[in-house]
Amino acid sequence: MEKSLDKGGTDGKVSPMDGALSLQNVCVDHGDRRLVRDFSLELRPEELRVLMGPNGAGKSSLLKALAGHPDYAISSGSVLLDGFSVAAASPEERARRGLFLAFQSPVALPGISLAQLLRAARQERLLPGKSLDIMAFYGELHGALDALGMDRSWSTRSTNDGFSGGEQKRCELLQILLLKPRYLLLDEIDSGLDVDALRLVVQTLRSLQQEGAGILLVTHYQRLLESLSPDGVHLLQDGSLLRSGGMELARELDVKGFQ
Amino acid sequence: MAPQDLDFSSAAGDFSYGTDYAYDAGSGLTEDTVRYISGHKEEPRWLLEFRLEALELFRRLEMPDWAPMKKSDLDYENIRCYLARGDGTGNRWEDVPAEVKETFDRLGVPEQEKKFLAGVEAQFDSEMAYANLKDDLQRQGVIFVSSSEGLLRYESLFRPYFGTVVAAAENPFSALNGAVFSGGSFIYVPPGVKIDRPLQAYFRINAERSGQFERTLIVVGENARVTYLEGCTAPKFETATLHAAVVEVVVLAGAEVQYITVQNWSANVYNLVTKRALAHQNATVRWIDCNVGSRLTMKYPSVILAGEGASGSVLSISVAKDGQLQDTGARMVHRASKTHSRVVAKSLSIGGGSAIYRGTISMAGGFERCRSHSRCDGLLLREDSISRTFPHMDCGGTGNVIEHEASVSKISDEQLFYLRQRGIGESQALGLLVNGFFDELIREFPMEYGVELKRLIEMEMEKVTTAGEVSRG
Repeated sequence: MEKSLDKGGTDGKVSPMDGALSLQNVCVDHGDRRLVRDFSLELRPEELRVLMGPNGAGKSSLLKALAGHPDYAISSGSVLLDGFSVAAASPEERARRGLFLAFQSPVALPGISLAQLLRAARQERLLPGKSLDIMAFYGELHGALDALGMDRSWSTRSTNDGFSGGEQKRCELLQILLLKPRYLLLDEIDSGLDVDALRLVVQTLRSLQQEGAGILLVTHYQRLLESLSPDGVHLLQDGSLLRSGGMELARELDVKGFQ
Repeated sequence: MAPQDLDFSSAAGDFSYGTDYAYDAGSGLTEDTVRYISGHKEEPRWLLEFRLEALELFRRLEMPDWAPMKKSDLDYENIRCYLARGDGTGNRWEDVPAEVKETFDRLGVPEQEKKFLAGVEAQFDSEMAYANLKDDLQRQGVIFVSSSEGLLRYESLFRPYFGTVVAAAENPFSALNGAVFSGGSFIYVPPGVKIDRPLQAYFRINAERSGQFERTLIVVGENARVTYLEGCTAPKFETATLHAAVVEVVVLAGAEVQYITVQNWSANVYNLVTKRALAHQNATVRWIDCNVGSRLTMKYPSVILAGEGASGSVLSISVAKDGQLQDTGARMVHRASKTHSRVVAKSLSIGGGSAIYRGTISMAGGFERCRSHSRCDGLLLREDSISRTFPHMDCGGTGNVIEHEASVSKISDEQLFYLRQRGIGESQALGLLVNGFFDELIREFPMEYGVELKRLIEMEMEKVTTAGEVSRG
């Protein structure tokens, strides 16, 4: 985190405090198929914006492309992360600059414990030559596990390996708490959760938002949004941004569907 | 111990010093070569005869049909079979000639000895340059010397076991070893003596075109226990180098042996090794065999379970990079009732590398309640990497069970992306994934050894990402 802030401050024209994740006329291609067209959006710190749309509209593809997935190319348009153009940046560099993608179905990583993963991720955010304070790290990890109602033995489990849907989502939230990203791209972080887990997601997102994170949330469920009071709701259909609005748009979509 | 002390990496091993060899058997493989070696070592008549007979066998024997190489692939006329400086073996590092000592200093051997080893031997080309064993173990009657010294000084302990577990006639390279062997360890642990800290041998090929033919014999008395570690490195020469070792382990009733190898020869070494243990009643043998280096390795550590209640296991890790073939595996021969064997083999194939597992489990008729379980997992880094499994199982007798499982998987782009999205660079991400794959096996290793192996694998992954051997789509 220290590193990403440092870099954001030196490279960009915009100071990190009033930066933004800004997308202008972004097109996303997968092979020779265009999945997203001319999509523009600005997400500022402390904002929560919602991306809605039917299955296959291009929501997940857009998030993956932003994070630098090699199969999803941003073929035109620009993406600025606090003023830094991500076009040529590797996924890891984008992540170190504060971009986090919570996956809809996180892939299993057999043999890599959550603690190992997070230690490596935190270590890579330090300046070269610095090493992680292990005691402090475990203190933080245990604090985050407690906050999410997860048993401490979780830290030794293989990441996402044999996790239930709800466990996967908690595991993504845990990583967010430990990595403290500036911009969160959340791909259906609410799907498959029971009421208690949903409440936990809402609480966590709110406090992250208050601490200054900008959140772009992909969801199908209006119910989650009522308790999050988003700053904007955006409807993506067939790869294009069809409409933008506030909560009233989410309510309308909930009643009428996407047609 | 600190992980940096035990360094088996090939980068650390890629150097050599010009050295004067007082004794050089010259190139080629003739009766004169054998007589020269035996004469120089002042060996008894029976051993010279053993060597000459082995040479005859080497001339006759061919590699089996399934072997990935032919005997004629190597040019024996140009291999130097015996190179020695003639300084003898020191038991204090100060007595080891400067340039030889410098080699082992750079490889970190003396520091390891101080930190966690009960004894060390260091072989430089054909002879041991250094051998030392802690005083208290010497007082308990433990013997840890080079095999040449063992057969001269302790013939009554050495001779009855020598050549009884691995026959010279077994394959061309066990025969070749029999003809020209030099160096290797002789270990004798008296009954009831349990050695907690490992004994380590370090094998180093320094001269170009030389062959290393060490021969190790370990005899563990009843209810005794020992762990033996061996590490191997060589500089990267232009020409092929041959390492053909024979290891025999005799484990008497109730005794325990753990034999650990980290093989990281440079990528032009042919590593053709025959290793076998004979386990008597209730004895336990565990081979931990890690092959990271060499151009071609053929090695199938085996256990003959000869006494009731004996158990044997092989834990095997192979890493095959571009241009490497790791042909490894295990053999378990159940020759008594209530014997148990277990094989876990994990291999990683990178780029055009091939990892092959060959396993033979045999349970002859007439015995009962034997069990064997094998598992082989292959991990591929790219579509053209190769992983193959050839299990062979013979199950006779009554109430005997042999189980075999195998899997092959590939590191997926999604796994790599997930880790990179968390801010972890590509080579670290690969290192995590590969170590994750090996993790459950490495957990069974002694700790300092597991730490070092993981570090070695991470370094290999760094080389792979720099060389661009990872596919993008």
